Amino acid sequence: MIFALFTIGTTFQVASAVNNDTTTVAARSATVDEGKQLFLKGCSSCHGINAEGGGIAPSLIGVGAASVDFQVGTGRMPLENMSAQAMRKPPIYNAAQVNALATYVASLAPGPAVPTDAVLNYERDGSIAQGGQLFRTNCAMCHNFAAQGGALTQGKYAPTLMGVEPKYIYEALITGPQSMPVFSDKTITPAEKLSIIKWIKSTEAEPQLAGSSLGRVGPVTEGLLVWTLGIGLLIGVAVWLAMKAK
Amino acid sequence: MTNDIEPIKDPGLPAHVHRKADSDPIAAARAERQVAILFGLSAVGTLLLIYSYIFVKNDKFIFIPIIGETGAQQLGIGMGMAIALFCIGAGAIHWAKTLMPDEEVIAQRHEFRSDDEDRAEFVKTVKAGASAAGLGRRPLIKRSLGLALGLSGLTPLLLLRDLGPLPKDNLQKTSWKAGMRLVTDPGDRPIRPEDLEVGAVAQTLPQLAPGEERTLNNIGKDAVLLIRLRPEEFNLTAERLSWTHEGIIAFSKICSHMGCAVALYEQQTKHLLCPCHQSTFDVTRAAKVIFGPAARPLPQLNITVDAEGFLVARTPFTEPIGPSFWERSS
Repeated sequence: MIFALFTIGTTFQVASAVNNDTTTVAARSATVDEGKQLFLKGCSSCHGINAEGGGIAPSLIGVGAASVDFQVGTGRMPLENMSAQAMRKPPIYNAAQVNALATYVASLAPGPAVPTDAVLNYERDGSIAQGGQLFRTNCAMCHNFAAQGGALTQGKYAPTLMGVEPKYIYEALITGPQSMPVFSDKTITPAEKLSIIKWIKSTEAEPQLAGSSLGRVGPVTEGLLVWTLGIGLLIGVAVWLAMKAK
Repeated sequence: MTNDIEPIKDPGLPAHVHRKADSDPIAAARAERQVAILFGLSAVGTLLLIYSYIFVKNDKFIFIPIIGETGAQQLGIGMGMAIALFCIGAGAIHWAKTLMPDEEVIAQRHEFRSDDEDRAEFVKTVKAGASAAGLGRRPLIKRSLGLALGLSGLTPLLLLRDLGPLPKDNLQKTSWKAGMRLVTDPGDRPIRPEDLEVGAVAQTLPQLAPGEERTLNNIGKDAVLLIRLRPEEFNLTAERLSWTHEGIIAFSKICSHMGCAVALYEQQTKHLLCPCHQSTFDVTRAAKVIFGPAARPLPQLNITVDAEGFLVARTPFTEPIGPSFWERSS
């Protein structure tokens, strides 16, 4: 299934790698044209006719295919409303259209490319122990120590990483969407990024060993449960103890 | 005319109300059954605990509504113990409330002071014992006992030493020295300015000399966050601007409020947020506090590049990092 997910998002890259040069160029320019048409219809009202940005939307020149693939592929763009943060929702465009849009934006100026599934072989190239160490230093403060997500300021938040496809995690690291900073390839190498993904996936597969994990957000839900259910139970028992039997 | 006020009379105890189980044998039998059921449930809980511990494999998972998939063994042990203990208590209380005697009984207090005869007897016994032990006759024992008891009293005083030693200048200084390279944490790789895109962050520590070991104490003090902005986004004094390098600014990660690691960086607003008490620092204005309980900006590290093009500290931190302490000068 993961393989299928990679292929859907990266059909073009794989195709361009195996085709010879002339067909690649032709296919590429056709995709750029298709992407441009989609862009003019769906994106240009905010991002500008030439993706130069406007008062409410940033310039897309130089953001790269990875950024478009992340934002449109996860349904964050097109934006539903002007709230504090674009949230994940079912994507508006299908995989081929996302690819066309990404190719068009990438043709404006160089930027980070969509990672291929050869790059994303985290099962082979990642290390869970190293990933955990990196995650705790670099990611845990916003995304929570168990990757469950957490709050930022004024309605913004770091989303949960449970169930996020490896490709989108990788793209978020290299492009820094919304509030998230960029994690450069020199400070966190591609191999280290795969370790982070592998650690997230191992956390996702971790079972609940005894009862409810209460969302794995630590003292917040645990405290809430104790202060409501726990103390409520104690008060109930105290009232029953003091009541005279009929 | 009289000023006499009727004193309030002692109303005494209210009349005793009998319970149903006191007079009605059917109600009493019902209460007895209820207590027995509770104790029986408790026994079932203990059996569940024993069964789960011995027979349920710890890799068996079952589906429980609301909770979801969960480990069966731990759940069985926990629920078994909860039922066992709660039902013993509930049964005992129900028993006491419905069936045990509940007639009010008044027990009169008696005087604390022993009578004179007993007191005189006690004094006589103590005196007789003391003279028989011969404390007055054997001064060596008396004095050595005094020495032993007196010295043993010093022990707690001696343990107070463990409150020290004084931190000396450990709170004032970090490991950062002029010319020290900033290396990634974890990974320990030196960083060039061109390694960081605009909007990128890096968690860094000072580079260790060969053979030196990184201690948790050092990590807790030396952690530095590198952030790259567009240089024109800075709103800094000329001095602080000269501490940055091509849009890269470095701050101590240790919050000036309570010492948590401040590293929630919002790329769009350029705000740094502390996860513990929501102190918010504006990166473009040298980490000025714009919200929350922090009293001071995060200390900024003066950075530049060395001859090989790697980022280094130009000077150590110019102020103590982290929370306030008594001897802190500012």
